[in-house]
Amino acid sequence: MALDQIVDELSEVSCDVLVIGGGTAGPMAALKAKLKNPKANVVLLEKANVKRSGAISMGMDGLNNAVIPGYATPEQYTKEITIANDGIVDQKAVYKYAQNCYKIIEELDSFGIRFLKNENGDYAVKKVHHIGTYVLPMPNGETVKKALYRQLRRARILISNRYMATRLLKSSDGRIAGAISVNTRTAEMLVIKAKAVILCMGAAGRLGLPTSGYMFGTYENAANSGDGYAMAYHAGAALANLECFQINPLIKDYNGPACAYVAGPFGAYTANNEGSRFIECDYWSGQMMLEFYNELLSGKGPVFLQLKHLHPDTISEIESTLHKVERPTRGLFQQGRGVDYRSESIEMHISEIGFCSGHSASGVFVDDNARTTVPGLYAAGDMASVPHNYMLGAFTNGSVAGIDAMEFADSHDFAEFDAADVALERDRVMAPTKREDGIPPNQIEYKTRRLVNDYLQPPKVTRKYELGMRRLAEAREDMQERMIARNAHELLRALEVQSIMDCADMAAHASLYREESRWGLYHWRTDFPEKDNENWFCHTLLSKRDGKMTSEKRAVEPYVVPIADDEKDLYDKQRIRATA
Amino acid sequence: MPLASYQTSVPVVVDDAKCIADKGCTVCVDVCPLDVLRISDMTNKAYMAYDECWYCMPCEADCPTGAVTVNIPYLLR
Repeated sequence: MALDQIVDELSEVSCDVLVIGGGTAGPMAALKAKLKNPKANVVLLEKANVKRSGAISMGMDGLNNAVIPGYATPEQYTKEITIANDGIVDQKAVYKYAQNCYKIIEELDSFGIRFLKNENGDYAVKKVHHIGTYVLPMPNGETVKKALYRQLRRARILISNRYMATRLLKSSDGRIAGAISVNTRTAEMLVIKAKAVILCMGAAGRLGLPTSGYMFGTYENAANSGDGYAMAYHAGAALANLECFQINPLIKDYNGPACAYVAGPFGAYTANNEGSRFIECDYWSGQMMLEFYNELLSGKGPVFLQLKHLHPDTISEIESTLHKVERPTRGLFQQGRGVDYRSESIEMHISEIGFCSGHSASGVFVDDNARTTVPGLYAAGDMASVPHNYMLGAFTNGSVAGIDAMEFADSHDFAEFDAADVALERDRVMAPTKREDGIPPNQIEYKTRRLVNDYLQPPKVTRKYELGMRRLAEAREDMQERMIARNAHELLRALEVQSIMDCADMAAHASLYREESRWGLYHWRTDFPEKDNENWFCHTLLSKRDGKMTSEKRAVEPYVVPIADDEKDLYDKQRIRATA
Repeated sequence: MPLASYQTSVPVVVDDAKCIADKGCTVCVDVCPLDVLRISDMTNKAYMAYDECWYCMPCEADCPTGAVTVNIPYLLR
């Protein structure tokens, strides 16, 4: 058989709870759903292979937001994240996370994942954030996926690898009914009826274009093409604050994390070309990224992560973490350039844009039970709107989603969907395979993402956005009318481009809607340079109504943890002031 | 519109002498998050069929015979 030959067929299966995405939140959601009702059928659908999928494919160096009794309190953490996110936070979900995450740490520990302890046997928590102490290293962090996989096998979760979900199915009364998916190696379509569906499909990490000359960066797993955002949108779910982009400081050219959260607690810091600090705190926030951006352009750039002042033994310890987990090719990259952390600083740069609540705040809108605005549909991890939730947030909120979704499935029967919806989706999916001639997916993707860089990247200029949206509309027409896929693998990329295009449109629409500047660099609008609390101290919700993209305001829920007036702008004071 | 193929040096290199794909092993193909590795019909060994890599390493780390090497590609170096 020829490579990735297309098989034009469709079949149907059913389960109680369908979890889409087997990275971080997904396995935990599937596990918790199954443990809640062991008799129920739980299917975990994954575009790649659950063994090595998602952001933690090669493990993780540590927890960035561990709220551990004795070191931090849920109240303090909730306050910190609220301030870091410019106040636009429904605290209930953050507070619930902060209360539950310690239990999840203990559970991960029971799975065989170790967390750093000091000589007294207490967790060795480190400080990176502006106010509190929440960073906990994981000495065997490279084993996370293996440990999770063992639990999934033990619980008899049904795993379907190499299936890409493309659209959700709903009943006429708006309840979730299942999902449509495509095998990435044969193009066979599979309809999965389900009583509840949990989306754990990661960030939109292929939105902006890296400047390396390759389409895929080294930061987000490139499989995270924003499919979850696109599916939620087309199912009519609301998406929150998409204008709050993800932009990160990354190693220049390598385009992966450096990573300041690992090195910072040992004394490393971000410095300009004079070797001086210019930001108070290396914790990633929009305000910090704005100062980073300003420094790069000020003549005091490049910006570096500086370690060379540390003791050689300390550097070796940092190195052993940086070159073993998360992105092990970091070491290979530095070695190739002859960069030794003992004598040279690491040149940093600014990433392209994306959506990712793991570090910022945009995502499919969820409440504190991980419920979206569509009954029976849940979301967790980097694609759900709980801000700054990192890996531990994906585990904790995935757990919340799994339990609540199984309760929903236990009290509902299958919802009926319209067969015409499946037929329509089959036509859309297979269209690029039916053309004899046209444009390959990689070229449509390149053009779309170049337009994102040229027109949507902050600073956001209204006139540029209007032009960018026109160009994107032209690229969309090419994508819909002329894109070709000659085998199943190309079809996978062709489907991903369609998610990327949807995310680009949403990024543009959401950014134009919020007529103020907020979250530092993430939403810096030159035409509205000031923060406007009077009119815009609110969430923005984007959704599809009658086939059209619309945005609306939604009030921020009353705070659970009050913030004093003199605390509100702590993250605005990132720049180190010159003192006489 | 005619299509042309594009010259590129790929980051993932397989040592055919060590690769046991001809004995039925598919580990590297199975674990790749971007699904870019395949077993060659001609040599029955694993190879990088699509140049779409993010240098994540499971193929190298999980290979039972140490046949797979991930390199930083030229444009990133």
